[in-house]
Amino acid sequence: MYESNGEKYFVVDGHMHYWNAAPDNWVPGAEQYAEGWINCFHAYQGLGPPDTHWSIEHFQKYSEDDLMKDVFEDGYVDVAIFQPTYLKEWYKEGFNTTERNALMGEKHPGKFVYNTRWDPRDGDAGIEQLKHNVDRFGSKGCKLYSAEWNAGSRGWKLTDPAAYRYLEECQKLGVKNIHVHKGPTIWPLDKDAFDVADVDHAATDFTDLNFIVEHVGLPRIEDFCFMATQEPNVYAGLAVVIGGLMHARPQFFAKVMGELLFWVGEDKMLFGSDYAIWEPKWQVEGFVAWEMPDREEFSDFPRLGTTGKKKIMGLNAARLYDIKVPDEFQLPPEAGTPGAQEVLGQEQPVAGA
Amino acid sequence: MSVPAFVASQERLLAALETVRDPELDEPITSLGFVASCTVSADGDAEVRLRLPTYFCAPNFAYLMVADAYDAVSALPGVRLATVVLEDHFASDVINDGVAAQAGFVRSFDGEAVAELDALRAGFLRKAVMAGTDQVCRPLLAAGTDPAALLAMTLGEVPPSRALSRLRERRAELGLPAGNDAPLLVDPATGAMISAEALPLHLRKAKVTRVSIEANSGICRGMLRHRYDTPGQGEAPEASEEDQ
Repeated sequence: MYESNGEKYFVVDGHMHYWNAAPDNWVPGAEQYAEGWINCFHAYQGLGPPDTHWSIEHFQKYSEDDLMKDVFEDGYVDVAIFQPTYLKEWYKEGFNTTERNALMGEKHPGKFVYNTRWDPRDGDAGIEQLKHNVDRFGSKGCKLYSAEWNAGSRGWKLTDPAAYRYLEECQKLGVKNIHVHKGPTIWPLDKDAFDVADVDHAATDFTDLNFIVEHVGLPRIEDFCFMATQEPNVYAGLAVVIGGLMHARPQFFAKVMGELLFWVGEDKMLFGSDYAIWEPKWQVEGFVAWEMPDREEFSDFPRLGTTGKKKIMGLNAARLYDIKVPDEFQLPPEAGTPGAQEVLGQEQPVAGA
Repeated sequence: MSVPAFVASQERLLAALETVRDPELDEPITSLGFVASCTVSADGDAEVRLRLPTYFCAPNFAYLMVADAYDAVSALPGVRLATVVLEDHFASDVINDGVAAQAGFVRSFDGEAVAELDALRAGFLRKAVMAGTDQVCRPLLAAGTDPAALLAMTLGEVPPSRALSRLRERRAELGLPAGNDAPLLVDPATGAMISAEALPLHLRKAKVTRVSIEANSGICRGMLRHRYDTPGQGEAPEASEEDQ
């Protein structure tokens, strides 16, 4: 919970991690990739305020206590959504698996949502694993990492027939929130690796599912924006937008926010800290305090008020995940309804209301 | 041993590298800080070392930059042997060997790529044209030009500026009309003129494309600075954000 100027914000961190990227977890023979990956993440942290930077050793492996303090005690987060990233070709136990997240989370009831993952290249066994994970962890969402390496293959697309089979299974199992990593990737080598066209097709074919495009397709925000305006079930995950730009590039941050507010709208944008790349504390404080600059070049962007900030900070995600939000954080009736309702044009029950 | 008819200097080498752009950021690799070093011996042996913001920067973009740098340096009068080395990248060896052997992208990444990178490059050029359209039109609109008037304007009617020259160059590279009589606003995919009906969306798309490229460029510069604390050869400080 964050409070500022008498306004109370329910905070859902829609995108965070609990990883182990220390040398003890590197796959022999793939050390250079394991090390390169975490160094790359660490460089992103460099875009946040200097007093929030960690040493590389701490960044490789942080403790459960660190996470609880950074995210909940200091970071104002009420509920955090774990997004797993497996990368088992490089990390022996995986980089950040559903199991690792759940083992930690079960000691802190009510604090975490466990998203799972799947990879269409895992075939029948992967479908069984998905069912098992949904059964065991109650997952209502999944994080898809289509650039992930797997037995010699360097990636896949949501439009692959094998992926459609998994999406159908998600629909059956109630895994309704599909987070797709569309940010810096390395595959496919000979195409535009950030292409969001596959989300466009899948979102059209699976209207019961919500597609949250993480990192808003950076560096292809324009492609994401055009697509999101046409697909009512596509959302913008703000991880990296806030962490990577708000401090380091405030003018660009304002412009990117302006474009997202114009094309996508405040009902379809979700806060995510991308912890442990960045701590939530400075992001929550900075975002709630942020105002669109009052200058000519920003004049044709929509403004973001307290209501919109409350939606983005947590109410939109709470709606997608049926997270119970106490009355004190709810919007007054005249402020509209967060989440998908207006866009989908149908009544949906508000969790906890 | 004969003395080369023309001795390449480091200055000329750097000038040649200034013509090489990061395809997605649409900026020279020199001003971005990607040129770690460039040297040329008295005999005309040139060596260029490149660096990128991350270990996992897309190998297709990396390949284009290394290959373009190789072509630009090789074409310099007085250069006997050109060597371009990409440092600190997960695919450094494959890219460096492939470019040195002039193998092409598909052969360099045997089994992992099925197409050369021309389509990728053209796609980015179209984005550069859209971003350039915003750069050229925004000052016109700020000076009071009616948006509808942009539809009838030709490139020759726009006051000269760096942004205009750049837009013309990108259009010419794509094979789009770029002369004085050419319309200011065209669809970068087809070269067709923009209709009055499509104008608001066209300008809005031009704007978001520019925001996207510039924001990405900002992130890349920040990552590069985190990775290397020394400036690159020919690195230019970014135009102030206030000027964007």
